[in-house]
Amino acid sequence: MEEEISRRSFLKGGLATAAGLATAGIPGAEALADVEKEKQLATLLDIRKCIGCGACVDACSEANVDKYPNPQKPFPKMYPSRAKISDWSDKREVSERLTPYNWLFIQHATVDINGVETEITIPRRCMHCVNPPCVKLCPWGAAKQLTNGISRIDPDICLGGSKCNKVCPWDIPQRQTGVGLYLDILPNFAGNGVMFKCDRCYERVAAGELPACIDACPEDVQTIGPRDEIIQKAKTLAEEINGYIYGAAENGGTNTIYVSPVAFEDLNKAIQKGTGKPHLDRVADTMADANNLVAAMILAPVAGLAAAAGKLYHYTKKNG
Amino acid sequence: MSRLNRYHTEVIRENRMVRYVYLVNIFFLALTGFGQMPIYKRYYMSDIPGFGWLANFFTTRYVHYLGAVLLLTLIFYLLFDYFALQRKRIKVTSSGYLRGALLAGIVLTGILFVIKNFPIFIFSPEFIIALNLCHLGLVMAFLLVSLFCLIFRKKWTSAR
Repeated sequence: MEEEISRRSFLKGGLATAAGLATAGIPGAEALADVEKEKQLATLLDIRKCIGCGACVDACSEANVDKYPNPQKPFPKMYPSRAKISDWSDKREVSERLTPYNWLFIQHATVDINGVETEITIPRRCMHCVNPPCVKLCPWGAAKQLTNGISRIDPDICLGGSKCNKVCPWDIPQRQTGVGLYLDILPNFAGNGVMFKCDRCYERVAAGELPACIDACPEDVQTIGPRDEIIQKAKTLAEEINGYIYGAAENGGTNTIYVSPVAFEDLNKAIQKGTGKPHLDRVADTMADANNLVAAMILAPVAGLAAAAGKLYHYTKKNG
Repeated sequence: MSRLNRYHTEVIRENRMVRYVYLVNIFFLALTGFGQMPIYKRYYMSDIPGFGWLANFFTTRYVHYLGAVLLLTLIFYLLFDYFALQRKRIKVTSSGYLRGALLAGIVLTGILFVIKNFPIFIFSPEFIIALNLCHLGLVMAFLLVSLFCLIFRKKWTSAR
């Protein structure tokens, strides 16, 4: 309780003098107080510490309850019939997967560690990629990336087309029908609601507070700080425990770095995967293929000029 | 037919292959550009045999980028061709200027898109929304003007 009070007083006041006193055992608090606004913040999840108590899941729900959708019913009939309604409003209590009303859940894996069957629990939410395809490929700009590395979806602009879900390697954003801007445009023919996912408590972070899941964790599973420092911490920790890292290189790099004593290939086999239950597979940089074509784009004008110059040369030769 | 008119016809004939490549490229650019919106699967377009790839956003983006490479090549080829070889005998028509201006806007906003898609932070979310709307608006205007020009046989250039 004493730690809780000092934590809050530090975070709310943002007093540098409180940092030394209050941050012992408070993951990442000092980083949030001092970090430059332009720096990407990453979180380190030491999954050895996670006991699967669900405090982070509850805190997430409590902190974000005002952001959850309140859809209008009945939903507009959508054409063609292939466009399916996605309604979680009567299943708000579901907490074993990602939904529009549950942006963080605990994944369970039973693995063998040195011959001992061990239960590992892993908090899963948006990875907040360094170059997030959900943001970069959103056709309307409804998904936004903040300079501190948070990617979030603006519920006032999102039309619920679910492209962000399709391009997300982990299928993180989840759709709720019957809410959002599409209702005011062509609800029967375009759009299908709003996509929801973890926004890493962007208002709290902007105010110098910790994201709710980090703040509430009794085991200090998560640490938040500038990405380069967090990566370094993750490497050091992985070396110390002879462990493994996930998220540092996935999809070109994310801002959610897991460190585990068990290989992620094994964890990936052991967890339940599926819709709303992201995998732990290795992920190549999904944005890289097209981005690599930029060299050809830079050379294209030169190629055009060269072709025309060739034509000019032949023309001049032919006509003396 | 005057000498200049004959010359104009000759230039068009010479660049016939470039024109076909340009038209096919514009078709694929428009197809893959609209494919950045989640509409082809919903509206069964990607169910058409041979068009399944339209449902894959990474594929449509890649093809769109390839189209952009080709478009830039064609634009610079035609610009050089016009300024170095043809300018004295042919001139750009008013509909040609209009299409050229719209195309320039599309290319410019497209370049900004390409920059935006790298892991860098130059553009604000508001700017990105404006960029989305500008690129789409310019494309719609360009396609409408091009359709008008196709129906009423308006050419990009005419004899001086």
